Amino acid sequence: MENTHQAHHLPYDAEASKIGMWLFIFTELLLFGGMFIVYSVYRYLNPEAFHLAGEELNTFIGAVNTVILLVSSMTIAMSTSAIQKNDIRLTNILLGITLILAIVFLVNKYFEWGSKFAHGIYPGSQEMLSTMSQGEILFFGLYFVMTGLHALHILVGIALITWTLIELKQKKIHGEKYDLLENSGLYWHLVDLIWIFLFPLFYLIH
Amino acid sequence: MSSEKHHIVPYYVYVVILGALIVLTFASIGITSIELGSLTVAAALLFAVVKTYLVLIYFMHLKYDKPYIGIMVGAVFLLFVVVIIITFLDYLYR
Repeated sequence: MENTHQAHHLPYDAEASKIGMWLFIFTELLLFGGMFIVYSVYRYLNPEAFHLAGEELNTFIGAVNTVILLVSSMTIAMSTSAIQKNDIRLTNILLGITLILAIVFLVNKYFEWGSKFAHGIYPGSQEMLSTMSQGEILFFGLYFVMTGLHALHILVGIALITWTLIELKQKKIHGEKYDLLENSGLYWHLVDLIWIFLFPLFYLIH
Repeated sequence: MSSEKHHIVPYYVYVVILGALIVLTFASIGITSIELGSLTVAAALLFAVVKTYLVLIYFMHLKYDKPYIGIMVGAVFLLFVVVIIITFLDYLYR
């Protein structure tokens, strides 16, 4: 087929591919950056309420999820070294570990959000409207939107890592061509970076 | 296709960086559990900035890439800082 013939001659430029990913990451940084600005303004306007509401969050589960994301970031970073050494088996294992850790993060998030829901804390909850101050409602609104958007990025990351694993199996990724692996890694580190700020801002600062 | 040889980062570098990141995480938990008032926020953010730096430089390979990528990343963070300053100039002095 003409397609396969063409695919063989597709110009491959690892650097261009990486720049494209970085430009996309910049837009992501500014997307979350905007939300951090909203958070900081509301925190400045409602210091007491943010203090109170922050104490509702479970620091332990937040810390566990932080460690999970940091370890998964390390394993996907290691996989770029493994592929450069053409060690396909180790690349597979490291990506597999990253994928499992990503899923564990989401499972923790499910239980964390679940316990909030059980206490009547969720967007649009009548209980929140009647028992909480405006500032506390703002805190939890930001909490759900920002950790929710972050969780959505975890889902996209899982899809990207799965795609990378499939291409690795099809031998489309190898020691000479691994831009998809590298870019999935960059994306996963971005997800980690965002969490590095979400964790102290929501769980630690009381 | 570029034929230049890529720098292969040894595995132990990543393990050392992960260790540092985890230590910083627990240090930030420790320091925010002490009541320092507004200093708590500053301390937590300082730890987060150091962690971000480590992730960008080592995990995201800015140390091994051509410098212009790092310069662009710096420019984006600078833009963010400028927007935050302008926003707070408005809120502090209105």
